[in-house]
Amino acid sequence: MTDPAASAFSTPDALKRLKRRRAADVRFRLYGMGAIFLALGALVLLAMSIGAQAVSAATYHVVRYDITLDPAVITPPGEETPEEIARNVDGFWELLRDNLLATFPEANKDRAARMEVSEFVTRLAVLPTAKRVASQPQLLGNAITLKAPLNDDLDLYLKGQAFAERRVGTGAISGVLPQDDGSAQIEGQGAFAPIKTAMMTLEADGINLSEASVLLTSGSSTGRLHDIQSDSASIELLTGTLEAFQGSSATARIIALPEAQRVISDQQIAWTLALKDMDRISRVPRWSLLTNSDSTYPELAGGLAALVGSLFTMLVTALVAIPIGILAAVYLEEFAPKNRLTDFIEVNINNLAAVPSIVFGLLGAAVYINFLGMPRSAPLVGGLVLALMTFPVVIIAARAALKAVPPSVRSGALAIGASQMQTVFHHVVPLAAPGIFTGAILGMARALGETAPLLLIGMVAFVGDVPTSPTDESTVMPVLIYTWSNNAERAWEPMTSAMIVILLAVLLLMNGLVVFLRRKYERRW
Amino acid sequence: MDTDHRPQTDGAVVAPDADAPPAAPPRIDCRDIRVFYGATQAIHNVSMSFPDRAVTALIGPSGCGKSTFLRCLNRMNDTIENCRVEGQILMDGQDINDHSIDAVLLRSRVGMVFQKPNPFPKSIYDNIAYGPRIHGLASGREDLDAIVEKSLRRAGLWEEVKDRLQAPGTSLSGGQQQRLCIARAIAVRPEVILMDEPCSALDPVATARIEELIDELRKRYCIVIVTHSMQQAARVSQRTAFFHLGNLIEMGETEQIFTNPREKRTEDYITGRYG
Amino acid sequence: MSDHIVSAYSDELDKLSSDIMRMGGIVETMIADSCRALATNDPVLAKEVIARDPQVDMIEAEVEKQIVSLIARRQPMGHDLRMILSALKTSNELERIGDLSKNIAKRALRLDDFVSAEMRNAILRMSRPVARQLNEVLDAYASSNSVLAKNVWSSDDDIDQHYNAVFREMVTYLIEDPRRISAGAHMLFIAKNLERIGDHCTNIAEFVYYQAVGEYLSTMDRPKLDQV
Repeated sequence: MTDPAASAFSTPDALKRLKRRRAADVRFRLYGMGAIFLALGALVLLAMSIGAQAVSAATYHVVRYDITLDPAVITPPGEETPEEIARNVDGFWELLRDNLLATFPEANKDRAARMEVSEFVTRLAVLPTAKRVASQPQLLGNAITLKAPLNDDLDLYLKGQAFAERRVGTGAISGVLPQDDGSAQIEGQGAFAPIKTAMMTLEADGINLSEASVLLTSGSSTGRLHDIQSDSASIELLTGTLEAFQGSSATARIIALPEAQRVISDQQIAWTLALKDMDRISRVPRWSLLTNSDSTYPELAGGLAALVGSLFTMLVTALVAIPIGILAAVYLEEFAPKNRLTDFIEVNINNLAAVPSIVFGLLGAAVYINFLGMPRSAPLVGGLVLALMTFPVVIIAARAALKAVPPSVRSGALAIGASQMQTVFHHVVPLAAPGIFTGAILGMARALGETAPLLLIGMVAFVGDVPTSPTDESTVMPVLIYTWSNNAERAWEPMTSAMIVILLAVLLLMNGLVVFLRRKYERRW
Repeated sequence: MDTDHRPQTDGAVVAPDADAPPAAPPRIDCRDIRVFYGATQAIHNVSMSFPDRAVTALIGPSGCGKSTFLRCLNRMNDTIENCRVEGQILMDGQDINDHSIDAVLLRSRVGMVFQKPNPFPKSIYDNIAYGPRIHGLASGREDLDAIVEKSLRRAGLWEEVKDRLQAPGTSLSGGQQQRLCIARAIAVRPEVILMDEPCSALDPVATARIEELIDELRKRYCIVIVTHSMQQAARVSQRTAFFHLGNLIEMGETEQIFTNPREKRTEDYITGRYG
Repeated sequence: MSDHIVSAYSDELDKLSSDIMRMGGIVETMIADSCRALATNDPVLAKEVIARDPQVDMIEAEVEKQIVSLIARRQPMGHDLRMILSALKTSNELERIGDLSKNIAKRALRLDDFVSAEMRNAILRMSRPVARQLNEVLDAYASSNSVLAKNVWSSDDDIDQHYNAVFREMVTYLIEDPRRISAGAHMLFIAKNLERIGDHCTNIAEFVYYQAVGEYLSTMDRPKLDQV
């Protein structure tokens, strides 16, 4: 070693140590990146699973009806006041059913078929029309066009979410031969070979087609196929005319699930396809999620009542928790002497923030409802319970924000003769405001997502009407999500996801507000 | 060496600074000040007076109690818990620690400037106007404008900020911020200005500006400045007091303290020797 | 006095002191040797004294440089400030003393044969208290002793008395033998030089006193004889 400076950089020992140190460095970075990918992955997974579900609930199918408001049906004698019209849901619904019956004459053949038609539209779906007509009596006797949501199961079918269905095109159908039993024999050179091939493939995949339905559709006409050969098949017409099949290339639908196990029949599918062919079914955004209240029918259900309920609840929470929290924080931080008592209070406020939320629910039920006799299921009580839960969070955040204000600001104000209150409210609190409000809004966001304590004070009840005051019966969004997720029908699943997305959107909005406030008012000093 | 010999009484000493006639009555007279933090005594029986229209510098090593003593003069120690001040601090013959005197009013007569420039996070105008507003010193908008202008002029900041009075005070440079703080203190018409290491966060040019300003202000106010820089004390003050371990070791004309201190501890401190 | 926290500062002050002392030592030998060369009529020694003067000038320049650097870099305060100032002035005075000694040596070379042994002895006699004066003031400087310095300062009138005696003696010798006028004039200047050296010593004593005590010795207070 001739050059001592060079040797310090290049001894094998030093190089070895350096390598080890570098390796530790790289390892740590990899751990960090791994942690971030894990967190991001979880987030993406959540967003995808909920988002995919929610997207299907974001639109739904509505059926257009051109009806004449027959006064004989809508205003039967003795029921002519607007209130009675508004209540006459059955009358309006009858008009829709009759419209469908007129469209599909075959539905008149027996009671069972009429029942199947009547399932297309739930009665309550006409309520908005009834109310509209009640307020505009001049519409009576006129023809109007109205759109009503399609039954949720048929909606799911159209979205392809109801059950597996294989669609194949047939070759040209050359002959239709009506038979005595009402069915017909249809023929075509190799026309039905694709159906046979598709069914064989399905069977090869282990799917049992013994009770499968094969529906053949051409235009508005649909029939059920039996005895399928490559060149001929027997068709049992469900809707439309046999002539429609003459010379056409029809579409066949192979539905493996037996009709008896489905909630919708082949007949209903046939009608739905016909309505769709007539352009009477359209897929539209489901604004009703935000404009309707809860319903037992998923196609009518919406979150408005819960949204308003959440709003009232948050209003009560904010009005109670934020002022109390901020005042308590300001007093504790700026005015209270530091002694054992204030230490004790501080520890207990921290403890209060860590109490499980359901305990607050029990407390609320015991004190507000049983002892003070406040109404059950009301946003007022819910808000008070959530306020109890939120205000320790507000206190802790506000105290941290106040602590972060440099003491030089306080001494600067005191030194020119500001009183302590002037110092605090003219100088310290404005500087701490972004931090205080961040804490408050984050606390509120937490309260907004809270379910457990509200279950205990009865906010889980079914609420069909939008609450108009904090003392009305109400529910809130997370509870609504909880309720919907317990419902049996398939259609609730995407609805639940859509509601979750709405709740998340509201939370994101609140967090965005926090970021905005921080950016706007945060000061460097 | 003989101790406790005021230069005035020593015939061999040259005449003291002509700018500070020793005959003027003191603006503040402190008698036997003792300060306790809980059970610890931070200041031991300090008696000293501060002449009007002169700068008195308090020097000493860190933790010697000079800042604590300074904060007695406008009762800023009131805001510290467990802090107890004993002894008399007379201003116009009244003890400022008396219960009949409100600290808030006292502080309008005894202004203070801090180590770190601490303008309020408000506009330059509001920084100055805040004090007169809370003390009701301005009778109207024009009056307030006049006070703001006068204070900024006295602090030598007017020319630099007159076009941007609505800009935030924190947008100024460090030295300008400190002058803003001085203007803020001046705006409430104090008689005494306390400065707690006002230049320790500033560069030499900004420091020189502040020192020039202090020299200007001394024609109107009684100024007490705590500083770690002996050169600064030597430059700006007429009288210097040396504190050590909570005791006032020596007080005298600045020139005498820095050329010929009476006390060995002062000598060791100013010449940079082991104390 | 205890050391500075910055030890290099103490070292620099020590170096300054020792330079002054070294300068003082050289100047001391110059006075003694020039007067001895005069008394013993030793031209070799006289030339040697003359040759020593540039050394003194060099030390003085060096001291001045050190002092400028100390003031610029250390911002001396208190005793250090007084010490540095007095060193600056002392080095000036010593340089002047060196010049005067050189002058004595030069004049010693110029003397002709008419100078009597009495005349030489008179100068030698006068040179002794002057040398002692310088020696004492350098002692006072080395120990920063204000009492010693004040003694030196107040004993300047001894030198003055000596000077007056030598003056009168010389005048007597000139009256006796007018051929001695040329040498006598030199002798008078030499005596005057010695008297000036005494004054410079007094000045140094004042600086030492200021350095030690921090106050000025007022010239008014000094006992003074009437000047010739």
